Amino acid sequence: MSDRTSSNAYWAANIRIITISLVIWFVCSFGFGIILRPMLMGLHIGGADLGFWFAFNGSIYVFLILIFAYAWRMNKLDKEFGVEE
Amino acid sequence: MDQFTLNLLVVGASFVLYIGIAIWARAGTTAEFYAAGRGVHPVLNGMATGADWMSAASFISMAGLIAFGGYGTSAYIMGWTGGYVLLALLLAPYLRKFGKFTVPEFVGERFYSNTARLVAVVCLIVMSVTYVIGQMRGVGVTFSRFLEVKTDTGLYIGAAIVFAYAVLGGMKGITYTQVAQYCVLILAYSIPAIFIALNLTGSFLPQMGIVGSYEPGGVSSGVSFLAKLDSVLTELGFTTFTAHTTNTLNMVLFTMSLMIGTAGLPHVISRFFTVPKVADARASAGWALVFIALLYTVAPAVGTMARLNFTTTMWPAAVSGNALDGEAVAISAFDTDPKLSWVKTWEQTGLLIMTDLNGDGKIQYFNDAPLQAPAKAAEAATKALVDARTKAGLPEAADLTAPEAVAVNGAADAALADLQAKLVAAKAALTDAQGALMVGGKSVADRGWVGNEVTKVDRDIMVLANPEIAALPGWVVALVAAGGLAAALSTAAGLLLAISAAISHDVIKGSFNPNISEKGELLAARISMSFAIVVATYLGLHPPGFAAQVVALAFGLAAATIFPVLMMGIFSHRINKEGAIVGMLVGLVFTAVYIFLYKGWFFVPGTAVYADVEANWFFGISPLSIGTVGAALNFISAYLVSSVTAAPPKHVQDLVESIRVPRGAGAAQAH
Repeated sequence: MSDRTSSNAYWAANIRIITISLVIWFVCSFGFGIILRPMLMGLHIGGADLGFWFAFNGSIYVFLILIFAYAWRMNKLDKEFGVEE
Repeated sequence: MDQFTLNLLVVGASFVLYIGIAIWARAGTTAEFYAAGRGVHPVLNGMATGADWMSAASFISMAGLIAFGGYGTSAYIMGWTGGYVLLALLLAPYLRKFGKFTVPEFVGERFYSNTARLVAVVCLIVMSVTYVIGQMRGVGVTFSRFLEVKTDTGLYIGAAIVFAYAVLGGMKGITYTQVAQYCVLILAYSIPAIFIALNLTGSFLPQMGIVGSYEPGGVSSGVSFLAKLDSVLTELGFTTFTAHTTNTLNMVLFTMSLMIGTAGLPHVISRFFTVPKVADARASAGWALVFIALLYTVAPAVGTMARLNFTTTMWPAAVSGNALDGEAVAISAFDTDPKLSWVKTWEQTGLLIMTDLNGDGKIQYFNDAPLQAPAKAAEAATKALVDARTKAGLPEAADLTAPEAVAVNGAADAALADLQAKLVAAKAALTDAQGALMVGGKSVADRGWVGNEVTKVDRDIMVLANPEIAALPGWVVALVAAGGLAAALSTAAGLLLAISAAISHDVIKGSFNPNISEKGELLAARISMSFAIVVATYLGLHPPGFAAQVVALAFGLAAATIFPVLMMGIFSHRINKEGAIVGMLVGLVFTAVYIFLYKGWFFVPGTAVYADVEANWFFGISPLSIGTVGAALNFISAYLVSSVTAAPPKHVQDLVESIRVPRGAGAAQAH
């Protein structure tokens, strides 16, 4: 680590992206899918209530978007800080 | 061509394919054996990870679990997919950058301690062996059902196939075989699902069908599919499918336990050592989830549609109206109606049992849960009286409730009379319960029913019998057999590799003989792999009675030991050797003890301290969900112990810095 400051900034940016991603991860699965489901009963996706849909299908789609968005964002960040392979 | 020949041809062809790939992808170096030479494309690696991860349980059992479990089973769907987010964000890229071969190796170097490495090896072996037993069992059972050989013979064939490609090819052979196995299993799962979705909902995508409208045979019914399922279940006295959980805390902890357990399973983590770059490790987790999602988003549709199909088979009127407006299915229909011939097929396997309790020639399927306790009590009271009469040397009685049933030498025997009184009371209680249980606005007694006449439905038949229920062509049935085998074999191979790498790399090279040559280590890896296959085959032939329960332990342990220690190793400079070891041990002991309290000490039957029912759980937390609490205790104790002991040495802090940036991963792999 020749440049400790720049690597710290890179790491701080990474932590920020991870935190935001994990908040979305939690809200869409544990939140919409389980804890908030009784409150969302009025909202529907087709024949299912919103919470049911998130629990059985929707959360998976969110997980997929999160992983690819993270990979894309981090590849950009790697280049910005010049630490890509 | 008959079904048996067709099964043989399709399964045989898939095996020829796997062996061909194994010969093509032989491993020549340890890097190839442990990590496929780090040259696997991220998309292919994702596919292989999918096959590795999706076991016989995902392929065969999950949809059945959903079918009879309802909304609460979504914990499996979220838990077994959400873990990949944690892998991609928190573990995979950094462990790939670290650039070694096994999970214990990282633990050993990051916490500069061979003790920590060995604790990790022990956790890994316990988890992997547990899993492998289930897979070998799955291979044997699938063989015996579709290829008419004994379960044991099936197991030997399966073990020989795994032996051929795992010992020859190591991770390289396994990875490319798993790519082929993934294709087989996903086709086998999707084709019946698409046909059934078309049949019930008019939508060919199962994911759309489950939220779509109910259109049996293409005729619109004006209600949604889920509403139809709920109304049929309610009518027959079952809980609705969509009813919310009664224990939110437990469901949250269970889901979390499956997620962090998934992220902590060594055979899944080691998949990310096989890709060329750190950036590939991030994307590969995404590709793995794409391929897993193809099955996991379909499973809820397969489960719910199978449940409705099964129920309307029992109550034909339910297809277009109320179940109880028509008659229950007649037993004779199973012989005469070719569409129902699958019932006979599966009754022969003993996985489906129907008993005409009231002798009316029809099979009434309804929820008789309130009758089960009084029915059991009446049965026990009958048995007590019969046993007492036999002991007294009396002949069989025509009517156990008649006065002469308790007469010895013309006079009533006090002990027998007492038993008879208990029997009369138990029978009266059962009759009361039958009078009190209302189904569709009328009591069970008034309907002339005795109890639920579908006395056993094994959940597994929901997927295995699907093509027959939907009357699909024979080659689809054969494909499902090949798919079940592909799911079980691919997972078994991945687990066996994780075990053999831990033995040859972490124990032999790491502790006993660090100077072992490349060739020597490769030979050691192959020998330990062979040894692992022999042990797994033996355990598959003689499964410990607790195999199913140990799976809970495997996930709990992964969640409470491996995941926290890896995460702290990456995200903290300060967690030291003492903290990591104490943390892992606290997580391990706490989780194992809580499970043992309800399941018996080391699963020995009869040694459980509490009965495993919700009323006995601390704060309503089931032993299946306790891994989350174990993980939290691991984090807390590791932090506390680390903060009162010396910081890790400089070279370890530098290691933490180096794994956090992607550049230089290529160099790190050289030894």
